[in-house]
Amino acid sequence: MSGRIGRRALDWLPAVLVFAVGLAAWQWVFSPLAGRFLLPRPSTIATTLWHNFRLLFDAGWFTFKEALGGYVIGSALAIVVALLFARWRRVGDALMPYAVAANAVPIIAFAPITNAWFGVLNPHSKWAIAGVLCFLPVMVNTLRGLTSVRPEAIELMRSYAASELDIFRRVRIPAALPFVFTGLRVATVLSMIGAIVGDYFGGSTVALGVQIENSISLFDFPFGWAAIVVASGFGIAFYVAVSLAERVVLRGVPSTRE
Amino acid sequence: MSVVELSGVSKTFQQGKTVALQGIDLAIEAGEFVSLIGPSGCGKSTLLRIIGDLIQPTTGSVTVNGKPAHRARLDRDYGIVFQHAVLYDWRTVAKNIALPLEMLGWSRARRAQRVKEMLELVELTGFEHHHPWQLSGGMQQRVSIARALSFSPALLLMDEPFGALDEMTRERLNMELLRLWEEIGSTVVFVTHSIAEAVFLSTRVVVMSPRPGRITEVVDVDLPQPRTAQLREDPRYFELVTAVREALARGGAEAVVEEELVSGTDG
Repeated sequence: MSGRIGRRALDWLPAVLVFAVGLAAWQWVFSPLAGRFLLPRPSTIATTLWHNFRLLFDAGWFTFKEALGGYVIGSALAIVVALLFARWRRVGDALMPYAVAANAVPIIAFAPITNAWFGVLNPHSKWAIAGVLCFLPVMVNTLRGLTSVRPEAIELMRSYAASELDIFRRVRIPAALPFVFTGLRVATVLSMIGAIVGDYFGGSTVALGVQIENSISLFDFPFGWAAIVVASGFGIAFYVAVSLAERVVLRGVPSTRE
Repeated sequence: MSVVELSGVSKTFQQGKTVALQGIDLAIEAGEFVSLIGPSGCGKSTLLRIIGDLIQPTTGSVTVNGKPAHRARLDRDYGIVFQHAVLYDWRTVAKNIALPLEMLGWSRARRAQRVKEMLELVELTGFEHHHPWQLSGGMQQRVSIARALSFSPALLLMDEPFGALDEMTRERLNMELLRLWEEIGSTVVFVTHSIAEAVFLSTRVVVMSPRPGRITEVVDVDLPQPRTAQLREDPRYFELVTAVREALARGGAEAVVEEELVSGTDG
């Protein structure tokens, strides 16, 4: 048992070393080169984070809730649309080119517009931008999953006189789940980006994006960096939480992840 | 009464540009083991799907168990096995076998009992909680056969079920399939492009020609039942293999069959 843990720790060693070397280089090479004002040392950022932890954590939590709202709405809508597209292929084929084209649009550019629509202080403005960002990857992946079933799997169900609903329930949806989770994992990061950028264009003073924006305008770089660390922490935690949910839901299914 | 009756069946694809099947008349009696053999593109798999009401014929009539094929499908009168096992990864072996039973609305206890019997039948007892990807190709195909037979259909349709397996596994599963056929007494329609397999398994071999797919000859296989592995060395077996090969050649399939032996493609 301890041997196994030891070996796993050894597997992680290179990654930990790279992290340590990177931090050290930042602390003693890059930061002095760039000037401590523009690129604060990691130790300064850590101290700032320590002293403002309560404030920054609350701001992070506030923005995470904005992201989560958009994530839930955007992903749910994406799954429903993918189901409709998979069920009525003609509709899907007619609308997919627009979905793909929309994917090429820098959607984040709409953040000021959703702010104007819903009001900067209204969390709905952040839900909207985060939701729109989440929609496409989840929709495209879900649709791919729903339509990736081999024809024989459908023929088999039809040989049992299965209805279209049976085929969805017993074959298409279970087969699509690994794809859905791929989309949902990507969307976690996108929803955080959406919420934070939405904050940049105006929002509650409690919001993390507003805190970052304000501190940088006041040249308080250590505080800005500390806020970025918190944003990263929430983003990573969100991603890990969805990955764990995936593991639980898809236990017994061979991983589609590389 | 014939279990399968085809009369004047034809199938064209792409608004009549490709004629896949033409003028198919065939009656299959209860308890028969009939192989459909022919080169790639002769429409043998299409014909199997027409019997199963998975593809509609362009002309002609199809009856299964004395009913229109559509009715027979809705009544779950047949089980089907494909070249790939088509097992659902998210279901265990036991749950894959139970799938048609769930569709039929069987109770949990009755399903469990039948799954146990089917696992014994295909000699996979102890693997019920495994997932499909944990099994070898041959074992997966045995699960697929157990699933097709789980609800005791009168007719078993098989589309090159052993085509993706190695020769040794294929021969062993040939023997197992014959044992199952004796035990359950279903009628079997078996698509293959292996002459040896067709002769060894069947009571009748239906030889088809390449596009447009037609039945060119029907070879009665008068080898004794039950078949044994020794039969593969019997002079009569070789005569029948030769007869089928020549029938294929007369149908214009020779060149295609040769090519197929090299490339190993299927139709």
